[in-house]
Amino acid sequence: MTRLRINGVEAEVAVTTIAELLAARGIDPKARFLAVAVNGAVVRRTEWPAAALSCGDEVEIVRPLQGG
Amino acid sequence: MTDPLLIAGTKLDSRLFVGTAGYPNQQVLLDSLAASGASLVTVSIRRISLEGYAESLVDLLGGRYRILPNTSGCVTARDAILTAELAREALETDWVKLELIGDRETLYPDVEQLVHAADELVRKGFTVLPYCNEDPVACQKLADVGCAAVMPLGSMIGSGRGIANPAAIELICLRSPVPVVLDAGIGTASDAAFAMELGCDAVLVNTAIAKSHDPRRMAAAMRGAVEAGRLARLAGRIPERAFAEPSSPQLGLVGS
Repeated sequence: MTRLRINGVEAEVAVTTIAELLAARGIDPKARFLAVAVNGAVVRRTEWPAAALSCGDEVEIVRPLQGG
Repeated sequence: MTDPLLIAGTKLDSRLFVGTAGYPNQQVLLDSLAASGASLVTVSIRRISLEGYAESLVDLLGGRYRILPNTSGCVTARDAILTAELAREALETDWVKLELIGDRETLYPDVEQLVHAADELVRKGFTVLPYCNEDPVACQKLADVGCAAVMPLGSMIGSGRGIANPAAIELICLRSPVPVVLDAGIGTASDAAFAMELGCDAVLVNTAIAKSHDPRRMAAAMRGAVEAGRLARLAGRIPERAFAEPSSPQLGLVGS
């Protein structure tokens, strides 16, 4: 189990990569208009299957929403 | 109409930019955008809701508009830069509306951090359109670090108070080496026309349309206003005079 902070919320998850994390959250990793950052750095989608997550990592998963 | 708006070498067909926030529902949003004739719309970047994945706003917009992501809500350069990078990744555009807020009540920009963040984003290859205050010095600094445009506020975001400092906006327009987009505070169509008459190259409107009683109709009004204001600017207005100047001929008056 990996302890992560996902979008500001602490969670214990049984995943080791970004792709696995997205899948576990019901997010299609092939979905467009999605971006991920780990510890303040954007991780490009081509790296999601390989990008390893470690305990204590802070993950941001974002998408475009209404805005002015 | 040979009066194209050019920002960072890109031609935009409409001088009215429209925000996508605060509409009563999605259909009104789409109809209002269509009525506005806008080519460019803004979006925010937010954490995905982990309860479910609602229909994507960008999919809804259907590729009809150039999308300009904003860094709204950011109060530090670091957060704004990360948000811009996430936006670039999510939307495959290097255009960003840079917002760095210094005060949550007034939503005035933190100009010091804004210039620093703009500088860094330009170095990272972004096309930066910064929301800023109506200060010619701040706008010049932003242009100097390489911003593609400057976006001074007319009055506070969402306040509908129009152009609080027309002289400052006019000065900024006179001096700016990059296009000027009046962004924030527009309340109704005449404000948008006024901005264009002062010399702005475009205006960005959100609340004035989204929260009006009839957003579709207000969007159409804004479209007309921006076109009218721009035409008036190009036509070259008469000066303001201290006294009257009669318009009808003064010779041949009956009884003279």
